[in-house]
Amino acid sequence: MNKIWLVIKREYLTRVRNKTFILSTILLPLFFIGFIFASAYFSIQSDSNQKVAVTDNNGIFKSSFQNDKSITYEFPSDVNINNFKQKGYSALLIIPKNYDFASDSISLVSDKQLGINAEEKIKNQINNAIRNKAFLQNNIDRKVLDSINKIDEGSIYNFRPVIKQGNKTEQSNSGLSYGIGFGSGILIYMTLFIYGAAVMRGVMEEKMNRIAEVIISSVKPFQLMMGKILGIAAVGITQLLIWIVLIIGLSSVTTIFLSPDSLQHVQTIHSSVGGATTGSSAAMNFLTAKNTFLSANWGLIIPCFLFYFIGGYLFYASLFAAVGSVVNEDPQEAQSLMLPITMPIILSFIIMTTAAGKPDAPISVWGSMIPFSSPIVMMARIPSGSVPVWQIAVSMLSLVAGFILTTMLAAKIYRTGILLYGKKVTFKEMGKWLFRKS
Amino acid sequence: MNILELYNLKKYYATQKAVDDISFSIPEGSIFGLLGPNGAGKTTLLRMITGIFYPDSGNIFFEGEKFDPVADIPKIGYMPEERGLYKKMKIGEQALYLAMLKGMGKKDAMKKIKEWFVKFEMESWWNKKVDDLSKGMSQKLQFVTTVLHEPKLLILDEPFSGLDPVNSNLIKDEIFKLAQKGTTIIFSTHRMEQVEEICDKIVLVNKGKKILDGSLIQIKNDFKEHIFKVGFDAIPARFDSNVFKIIDEKENYFNVKIDDGHTPAEVLQELLTQKASIISFNEILPTLNEIFIKQVEDTKTAREFSNN
Repeated sequence: MNKIWLVIKREYLTRVRNKTFILSTILLPLFFIGFIFASAYFSIQSDSNQKVAVTDNNGIFKSSFQNDKSITYEFPSDVNINNFKQKGYSALLIIPKNYDFASDSISLVSDKQLGINAEEKIKNQINNAIRNKAFLQNNIDRKVLDSINKIDEGSIYNFRPVIKQGNKTEQSNSGLSYGIGFGSGILIYMTLFIYGAAVMRGVMEEKMNRIAEVIISSVKPFQLMMGKILGIAAVGITQLLIWIVLIIGLSSVTTIFLSPDSLQHVQTIHSSVGGATTGSSAAMNFLTAKNTFLSANWGLIIPCFLFYFIGGYLFYASLFAAVGSVVNEDPQEAQSLMLPITMPIILSFIIMTTAAGKPDAPISVWGSMIPFSSPIVMMARIPSGSVPVWQIAVSMLSLVAGFILTTMLAAKIYRTGILLYGKKVTFKEMGKWLFRKS
Repeated sequence: MNILELYNLKKYYATQKAVDDISFSIPEGSIFGLLGPNGAGKTTLLRMITGIFYPDSGNIFFEGEKFDPVADIPKIGYMPEERGLYKKMKIGEQALYLAMLKGMGKKDAMKKIKEWFVKFEMESWWNKKVDDLSKGMSQKLQFVTTVLHEPKLLILDEPFSGLDPVNSNLIKDEIFKLAQKGTTIIFSTHRMEQVEEICDKIVLVNKGKKILDGSLIQIKNDFKEHIFKVGFDAIPARFDSNVFKIIDEKENYFNVKIDDGHTPAEVLQELLTQKASIISFNEILPTLNEIFIKQVEDTKTAREFSNN
């Protein structure tokens, strides 16, 4: 036991002191934030400032098309399919002469894709125009139609989904639980790969440096393997804690920046006057965002996240160690040997994308029970609050049983593989090692 | 007393019998040679002695009691043929880590490491990484980490491969010093000429089987062919003898093989009566290489080995 502790300590210290640890701890969240901003930026960028020329000879649409932030419609007479680009339009919408929506088709010509958002908006404009026309043709008063069109979804009614479990009811927020579920699923997916690969590389390093035999003459192979796995687990937990502290730190800094007084001030104004001034609306948004965020069931989510983070890692880490132990100098060999491990992880990710939206679909339930996929899939379901306790219990127990089993099997491969040099190992041979007595 | 006794050890792999019924014993304090060509089963044998492998059958006794890897490993130092160190780890920390894995306390280990580093003039290396060391330097470090915990049994697999003569001698001297202090040493090598000058006792293995076992002098005597080298001022004229035959003749000496039932004294007597001007007379003992080849003659191994 003392020796395994020494191995854990070495693994932990050499990694935490390493520059790449410090860099990855800082860069990974930056990368995450950058990714979110970049995708937001590009989605805005793609449909901003598009000018669409419309050839509408009969003038059916001219009165009903409305410009918005991203798309402006113009109705020039001298534009055709060959020159719209030179005239500065990004697309040309051709309405046939004497348009009849039942038999004619409207075409949108552009030299490159406008993007799904822009196309959707143009289609909406056309739909509205046609609908308005139909209303007017059926003798509905123009004023009545305008007042109906002014109704903005959500402004005249309140929609409040409520979850009822037993005698406990709470407000549900599927958007938030989708976000948290998806986020934690991705986080576990990424950490499985990052730390699993770290275990594999560590084992390969020991094998290739030929230090494995020196160490194994002092400690048992199992101790060396577990020491490495647990050491890297400690590194992962450290990294996670640093991120949690950073998040709490950052959000409280923001709260101080928008001092609580001013927030309260905003709140009172909001409730008494019924509308916040523009200057304080950002602060207001932040407050609602924070309150919504805090409304999630963190008391359940955080412990479960830690459990599945560690359990999932332990389930896969020993398999990664086994692969590392049979690889020789050739990195490509590692790629092909890793395939049986990466496939179920990627498959879990795909199930997870469904489970975050439909936590009670059969595939989500099954995926969250089987230990191969449960760490990723269950974390996507839990924030919805609709997972029965027995399912969580079964999932956790099977994950624990699962990682004990994978560790035992992997240890058998590891013990033989780590001392085997210069020989390509097939899956068949590894299978034999599994059933061999010590 | 024997520090190590092996009885009928067997270890079979799917494709070959790596160790096939080998027994021998090693007296405490001796320098022992485990010899054989590559692939003879030496490394597998050593891995069983160091507790890395369990034998398929057979028994190992360490200091008179059944070998217990957990309890006995701290008394064994093992330098495998495939040398290995953590490339990115600082040398001092690395030595400390390996010593503590052998069960040494931190204070004790630090003291010993410093002593050895001074002895090998490595004091200034403490914060260097193995990556920055030359091959000879890392071999020295490897040796130090093997002997730090003062093992009773020191096992060295091909200890001189890749070492230049200076470092080779440095390590050889340290091995002798350890042997004088009572450490039992096992040399495992396929370069038989390397151990002839060092070992008291040897075991010769081939293809997983033991071929020879005994003290070096004993074995050489068993295999001597009664060949003597006689040196002259001037080679005498040829004559017939019923005591010996000349098997090899050079400018100022010839080798003679004494016929059965005769003694070296008779050879000398006969030569003297011929008034030959003898300046030297000594027995030529076979080298271990020759003995080995003779033992496995006409096998594939022998042919490969004599080509080396």
